[in-house]
Amino acid sequence: MADLSVNVGGIKSPNPFWLASAPPTNSGYQVMRAFEAGWGGAVWKTLGDPIVNVSSRFGGFHFEGARMLGFNNIELITDRPLEDNLREIREVKRAFPDRAVIASLMVDNVKEVWQEIVKRVQDVGVDGFELNFGCPHGMSERGMGSAVGQSPEFLRQATEWVVEVAEVPVIVKLTPNITDIRYTARAAAQGGAHAVSMINTINSLIGVDLNTWTPIPNVDGRGAHGGYCGPAVKPIALNMVADCARDPLVGIPISGIGGVSTWQDAVEYMLLGASGVQVCTAVMHHGFRIVEDMIDGLNQYLDARGLSSAMDLVGKSVGRVGNWGDLNLEYKVAARIDQDKCIRCNKCYIACEDAAHQCIDRAPDGSGQMALVVDEEECVGCNLCSIVCPVENCIEMARVDSGGPAFSWRERQAL
Amino acid sequence: MSEFALSDQPQHRLEQNVHKPLTKVEVLTEAHRCLYCYDAPCAAACPTHIDVPSFIRKITTDNVTGSARVIMDANPLGASCARVCPTEDLCEGACVLGKDAAPIRISDLQRYSTDWVRERNIDLFSPGPATGKRVAVVGGGPAGLAAARELARFGHAVTIYEAKEQLGGLNTYGIVPFRLPRAVALWEAEQVVKLGVAVQTNVLVGRDVSIGDLVDNFDALVLAFGMGNVPPLQIPGEDLQGVWDALDFISQVKSGQSVGDIGDRVVVIGAGNTAIDAATCSKRLNAENVAIYYRRTAREMTAYPFEYDFAKQEGVEFRWLCAPVRILGEGNRVRAVEFVKTRLELSDNSERPIPVSMPGTEFTVEVDTVIRSTGQSRLTSLLDALHIIHDGGSVRVDQQMRTNQPGVFAAGDCAFRRGVGDAMVVEAAEQGKIAAAAVHQHLLAADESEKWRGESHG
Repeated sequence: MADLSVNVGGIKSPNPFWLASAPPTNSGYQVMRAFEAGWGGAVWKTLGDPIVNVSSRFGGFHFEGARMLGFNNIELITDRPLEDNLREIREVKRAFPDRAVIASLMVDNVKEVWQEIVKRVQDVGVDGFELNFGCPHGMSERGMGSAVGQSPEFLRQATEWVVEVAEVPVIVKLTPNITDIRYTARAAAQGGAHAVSMINTINSLIGVDLNTWTPIPNVDGRGAHGGYCGPAVKPIALNMVADCARDPLVGIPISGIGGVSTWQDAVEYMLLGASGVQVCTAVMHHGFRIVEDMIDGLNQYLDARGLSSAMDLVGKSVGRVGNWGDLNLEYKVAARIDQDKCIRCNKCYIACEDAAHQCIDRAPDGSGQMALVVDEEECVGCNLCSIVCPVENCIEMARVDSGGPAFSWRERQAL
Repeated sequence: MSEFALSDQPQHRLEQNVHKPLTKVEVLTEAHRCLYCYDAPCAAACPTHIDVPSFIRKITTDNVTGSARVIMDANPLGASCARVCPTEDLCEGACVLGKDAAPIRISDLQRYSTDWVRERNIDLFSPGPATGKRVAVVGGGPAGLAAARELARFGHAVTIYEAKEQLGGLNTYGIVPFRLPRAVALWEAEQVVKLGVAVQTNVLVGRDVSIGDLVDNFDALVLAFGMGNVPPLQIPGEDLQGVWDALDFISQVKSGQSVGDIGDRVVVIGAGNTAIDAATCSKRLNAENVAIYYRRTAREMTAYPFEYDFAKQEGVEFRWLCAPVRILGEGNRVRAVEFVKTRLELSDNSERPIPVSMPGTEFTVEVDTVIRSTGQSRLTSLLDALHIIHDGGSVRVDQQMRTNQPGVFAAGDCAFRRGVGDAMVVEAAEQGKIAAAAVHQHLLAADESEKWRGESHG
């Protein structure tokens, strides 16, 4: 049994799986249920001034039979009174002292307003704060959320105000709706944040109803852009996490968010520099119970790899992420098709023929069947065939270069 | 009334489909499982080359009309075939997933799409611009309907001559209702009629209309009259009451007419798909003991494996290596059948072993009903009248289904020959399509030359 506990910028939890600030953390009842199921921490649904929500709030992006590959919401921060939330946070913390309870905050971008809410909330015993500078819809129209988070200067300043009075660690949650997330991450670090979390949701319009022609979700015949999350955003988030992890000017721990559904997702985030992860969409899809396999799977994985602590994963792949110009131009792989595993669906053939480099041929094999044969000379090693192949391990991308010295584009240009 | 009590009623059991349709959830799950292969083996394995990946993908995009159109375009009998094709030997047997998992349930998905348009009265095709050419189709079964549908889409004026009261041939009359409901067969026929195809039912060519009339009034002729009734066993007692021709028996049951009291003990002679149909039909008519007697073994029988399995599930018994010697009566009603045991001998000039009776092994089985199902006889009079070359009633055709007579084409069972293709509905449909294409080609060519009858009678 490995040690699954993590420390994210000074906030400790028994495992790396936190609930993100979202509908699943809207009440004490829910967070209690989550902790009973095994979640290591919870970032409470964002506290702030009273708001009013619309009815019809979510939209799902389904793809070829799989539901909720992506998820969109136009819900705002908590619509419950602050006193109720604070009382429940205190109760939860008393019932589960070992779990991390982090209060997400969002208020008007005024020093006194920020400092007042920080003081009120830390009195109930939260383990940390997460400043919501990411919410891309509704609140941003009022000068909050991503309206602050898109300006490194505003973000740094607000962070400073909070850190000045906070007695517990402060995480700054970043919006992906910017050109380069490192600028806002650096601003958070400069403002004294103890960690950054990313990504908040991406500006999105989930779709249009083909019968009524109204956008989804439909609020009395009209729609507005929302925030996109779920498995489909994971690659975007991973890239941003890796960008920040390898930037010395950021230099603070990262809480990874974006499409985490399994222990495998969590391992990827941690390898790319996150100290822990936050989960929302998978819980909205399946309920709190999914954490059981996240914990179990991570345990098995760490044991199998001989690692004693989940924290040993953090950042292990960061050094391998770099610039394109430093990649080895001499490295070459080519597709090799295992004829025994091949089921002759010809998907690799048509993908290569229509969308790659026309280097898979169909030729009769000994038995008169058409076999798929790779022209290794022509194959550029793009991986497309192995990606479309429905049979596991049927197409291997085998290394075919001589293994000579590496030579990058940057080196080539320097000649 | 409980489901169980209801299903005890013969009429209900006769209509209760062997195979339930998939639910919408099953349909979508199954359709999404399809890999959408390129140059898919399932499509290649279909005698009519239905673009299976295409019709399945259209189900997933909620384009069910488009899906049904892909099916019915390739196969005018696509709704029937969804129910009667031996898919394990065809599309589903070729499904690439079959290597590692269950193949896609192609026939069930095909049934879903075709049911969808049938239940909504959606018409899929329209006739082509009129060419002024007239084509007669003799026989309104699968091959004739397929040919007529294609000819109408080419723009030719088509008349189908059908000896029975309704179109559809074996699909309407010869396949048990719990496998293929009449409504499905008649819908397919209706789709053809809606293209402006004229239909003369209850008309037997050569009796009710002269062959000369056809020759004089049409620019081309497609022979698709199928086969005749079950040939006699040529043993004593065949004309006793209670001895049935399997095709008459099924036809009567399927059209809702009474077959009288068939009693508790039914013997079916022969082991093809029609024999299975007659036997399972008898079971569903509440006969206690139904047994199929065959002079060869399970290995040589022509029934599809899934039909054989189905018959066993329904409680039909099989007796191999038994040949009927005579049928015994009491008064003019059947009472028993005397069989003799056989053994198989390999033969030089036949692909199947020959059954040889073993004298002294005779035994008698008490019965209430005997159903003869030993194949179908060939119809030759029309062929002879038209001077068409045939082999014992099997019309000699080339790859384009052309007979020796220019302008005369043949498709379906009347052109079926043992060892070449399989006498399946789907094969008949494909032959009908090929014949129609050949007719079209012939008529285009004829525009630049003389009419076919001028040539043939010149």
